[in-house]
Amino acid sequence: MTDLLALTALEAHEAMVAGDRDAAEYTAAWRHAAAGDELNAYLWRDESGAEAPAIAVKDIFTTEGVPTTAGSRILEGYRPPYTATAVRKLIEAGAPVLGKTNMDEFAMGSSNENSAYGPVLNPWDHERVPGGSSGGSAAVVAGGLAPWSIGTDTGGSIRQPAAFCGIVGLKPTYGAISRYGMIAFASSLDQCGPLTRTVSDAALLLGILQGRDPLDSTSVGIEGGIALPGREDLSGLRFGVPSELAGDDLDAGVREVFEQTLKQIEALGGEVSEVSLPSSEHGISAYYVIAPAEASSNLARYDGVRYGMRAGGDGDLIEMYETTRSEGFGPEVKRRIMLGTYALSSGYYDAYYGQAQKVRTRIAQDFDGAFAEVDYVVTPTAPSVSFKLGEKSDDPLAMYLNDFFTVPMSLAGIPAISIPAGLAEPEGGGPKLPVGFQIAAPAFAEQRLLDAAYALEQGIGFDARPGGADG
Amino acid sequence: MLHVARLSRLRLSEAEVETMVGELSGILEHVDRIGNLDLEGVEPTSHVVALENVLRADEPWQSLPRDVALASAPEPQDGAFRVPSPQAE
Repeated sequence: MTDLLALTALEAHEAMVAGDRDAAEYTAAWRHAAAGDELNAYLWRDESGAEAPAIAVKDIFTTEGVPTTAGSRILEGYRPPYTATAVRKLIEAGAPVLGKTNMDEFAMGSSNENSAYGPVLNPWDHERVPGGSSGGSAAVVAGGLAPWSIGTDTGGSIRQPAAFCGIVGLKPTYGAISRYGMIAFASSLDQCGPLTRTVSDAALLLGILQGRDPLDSTSVGIEGGIALPGREDLSGLRFGVPSELAGDDLDAGVREVFEQTLKQIEALGGEVSEVSLPSSEHGISAYYVIAPAEASSNLARYDGVRYGMRAGGDGDLIEMYETTRSEGFGPEVKRRIMLGTYALSSGYYDAYYGQAQKVRTRIAQDFDGAFAEVDYVVTPTAPSVSFKLGEKSDDPLAMYLNDFFTVPMSLAGIPAISIPAGLAEPEGGGPKLPVGFQIAAPAFAEQRLLDAAYALEQGIGFDARPGGADG
Repeated sequence: MLHVARLSRLRLSEAEVETMVGELSGILEHVDRIGNLDLEGVEPTSHVVALENVLRADEPWQSLPRDVALASAPEPQDGAFRVPSPQAE
């Protein structure tokens, strides 16, 4: 059975179309693999015996009749009455849900330590975090517990865990995929995307997921759809490295892999130059106003009335609201609700939210300027490799700064992909861990993004796996 | 802090208030850097994709049946959501 699990999703699909493999055998093998979860990566697994190539889904997507918690105590036991559009499209394409994956509560976190159901372990080193917030979705793919998965990315929540787990993670353009049934964190930033072993698998999934949905008025889809990437070199393509990167706090090992990858781009015929994104240094500040502000509003719906848990029902209504929310939300969610409520409160709105939205405009303008000179902007995905469980959990600001390279693309709404580029020793020593390389492109240029990522992936030839001798 | 907690419908313990005061001031200090930027005349961005409002056809369609909508409620009663009295006794 193991050789079946070694196939990428695309290879398995092709083998099934050719009649060399059957779906039942494939699904049974993956269901067996998923049952061996030692990473706390699954919150729910399908045991119905459905026979089709299955997919792991972050527990933020509603699934009719199937528990959906968003990693929160406040939704414990909740079985939604409807299915998210993204999941419905997967089911219709023949990929039912293999399991629901663990995540930071309401997608707020960069380490998966904010889940009410315990942290997910990184398959490369069980003492380290898988990244977040789509930590479970990254860990199941890297750890051989699912062929592929979907997650959500608000400020880096697909790309950073993909980088920490040594797999591919794509955040599409805002609006490429419907958000209907995706539990809202920050509505102007949230976007669904694939986490896969290969760029081709990511393209296959994006092709299924993208499209306008009447149930999400902000969805527009990608004109022309998505084809499998086939580009073999990068000749004629221009890659811009933000000049601001030179001064950034970047681990030596990550910098080394990043620079090697730039050389690889040149070896494949690509051109590497500097671009300037002067406002991106304010990305984290703007993001940590906008995202908590929108979250504080979105999370007002958890009040113990219509679904989810209720506590303190013996007092008056306000007391019930407060008791339910105080017992149902974890510390990080409370922190962000407080931060967001403060930023939106009377007298502070212009200074915080208004100002942050203007910074957002500046960041988008920076990218427009860069894309007038180059085809892609490239950075490391995260400033370090995976860190140890507990290492940053007492310092929210240090945790937030981990999103430094991923947040600007989210604020600008543009697509970005993280591909595994090599291994590096963590600061402080230890076995080598995966490093992600981030490529960003203009809005709705996913096809070009995937084509370049595919060529670079072939050039890099990353084939290391957790727990094995490195390849 | 307590005012914001009240607006957020959160009841924080003394220990929670203490840690949160420290953490939030650290975060706000970082965030405050954008307060000093001169952004006079810059348009705020609330939505990144250029979209125009389009109204869909006003046709009735099947919404969630009442029993399904109530199935996850903590305390449904007589086809409605039951809540404690809004008035303190």
